[in-house]
Amino acid sequence: MKTSNNYFFSDMSVMLGRSMRHILRSMDTIITVTITPIVMMLLFVYVLGGAIQAGTDNYVNYLLPGMLLISIASGTAYIAYRLFMDMQRGIFERFSSMPIARSSALWGHVLTALVSNAISVIVIILVALIMGFRSSAGILSWLSVAGILALFTLALTWLAVIAGLSAKSVDGAGAFSYPLIFLPFISSAFVPTESMPTVVRIFAENQPVTSIVNTIRALLSESPIENEIWVALAWCLITLVITYLFAIRIYKRKVG
Amino acid sequence: MENAILVTGLTKSYKKLPVLKGVDFEVKKGTIFALLGSNGAGKTTIVKILTTLLKQDSGTAIVNGFDVRVKPAHVRQAISLTGQFAAVDEILTGRENLILIAKLRHLESLRQVADDLLQRFGLSDAADRRVSTYSGGMRRRLDIAMSLVGKPELIFLDEPTTGLDPEARIEVWANVKKLADSGVTVFLTTQYLEEAEKLAERIAILHEGTIIAQGTLDELKKMFPPSKLEYVEKQPTLEEIFLAIIGKKRGETNENQQ
Repeated sequence: MKTSNNYFFSDMSVMLGRSMRHILRSMDTIITVTITPIVMMLLFVYVLGGAIQAGTDNYVNYLLPGMLLISIASGTAYIAYRLFMDMQRGIFERFSSMPIARSSALWGHVLTALVSNAISVIVIILVALIMGFRSSAGILSWLSVAGILALFTLALTWLAVIAGLSAKSVDGAGAFSYPLIFLPFISSAFVPTESMPTVVRIFAENQPVTSIVNTIRALLSESPIENEIWVALAWCLITLVITYLFAIRIYKRKVG
Repeated sequence: MENAILVTGLTKSYKKLPVLKGVDFEVKKGTIFALLGSNGAGKTTIVKILTTLLKQDSGTAIVNGFDVRVKPAHVRQAISLTGQFAAVDEILTGRENLILIAKLRHLESLRQVADDLLQRFGLSDAADRRVSTYSGGMRRRLDIAMSLVGKPELIFLDEPTTGLDPEARIEVWANVKKLADSGVTVFLTTQYLEEAEKLAERIAILHEGTIIAQGTLDELKKMFPPSKLEYVEKQPTLEEIFLAIIGKKRGETNENQQ
């Protein structure tokens, strides 16, 4: 085993290179993950924004955190899809019968998710800047935002790994992401939860997206950070640990 | 001659369904060995156990001198697997697929390795096209080429010609023969009697979880009723007709060369 573990990082970077090529060569991934949130942002700011009472004079600032989460959530469907295809086509079996680090194939996909999401998040922030997004937040706040987004990405990625490994069909592999993409709409991402009817409001205020959105918003606008950051971190970390453990178990059982 | 594979008393059940009920066989180094059996006989299960993808319930399997259960990493150093479905990356080009495997086998001069194999498998012209544009036969050729990266001593081919057209099948046969000539041990599974007969030096027949017969083709023939002498006008087979019409009697030209 020693020989193969010595190569863990080089094997993983080969895997990362492989799935990054997959992303760069499939236009639909780039469109769904980056262009769709940008179009939504344009739509909400320039078409609907005038009628939305978010209690802010800069709606782009208000909207950006939710857009970033939508972009990350829609990206996870592709992770599940790519994993499913690797299982289906026997590529994982080929890798597993080779003298390489056992989990490098899986980690390659997970790292790819982090890298590709980071790229689309940066692109969306740049477009938001053009649209008038402004933040005086310092480097520490930005790093915290990056950290929370990375945790959110990882939690959803391991969930996607479970979906991709256990799906029976291509459509099934991506289906899990629809509710995830929908969650931001019933949260504080677009409008303050105070404006919602009681039942919806109770749901919105107690689901993970609201606490994450509010935390990122507070970090970027340098408002005082409330307890919500701990709620947000707890959501991300607990989901991450549970999905990671499940995913590894399924991977060991399926691929050996 | 040394054994490349030695299997004794191998059993495996899925849930409560027994698939292998005590399988024994051996494969000599540098030979082509065919495991013959109908669909669902457990051929792929045996391949998965021998290639360290699956653990047996009992019995031992020694591959290249190492027990697959005790030293799987050592086994993986010596083998390569070409699974039932061409395990190629559709989005990458043929060349990129080969370089990917060469990188994972930690080889030097990646490009050279890829170029040599592309040449050898007649894929040089298609090298920089995405695999999604390849025909079934080309995919299979690339698949086998990928298995040869890093010169493994022992190659597992799980139903290498299932789903291929006659032309592509003959091509695969020619390639497998070339492999064996270069000293590689080939373990192949098939459901086609003709394939085992054409390629393999030793054949084992897997039926209902056990090996019911094994030996060379001649030995197997002797186990069964002696052949009768009959005079029959030799009719061309449909395959011969098909190949003659499309003008590529590759099977024959290959055999003549050898």
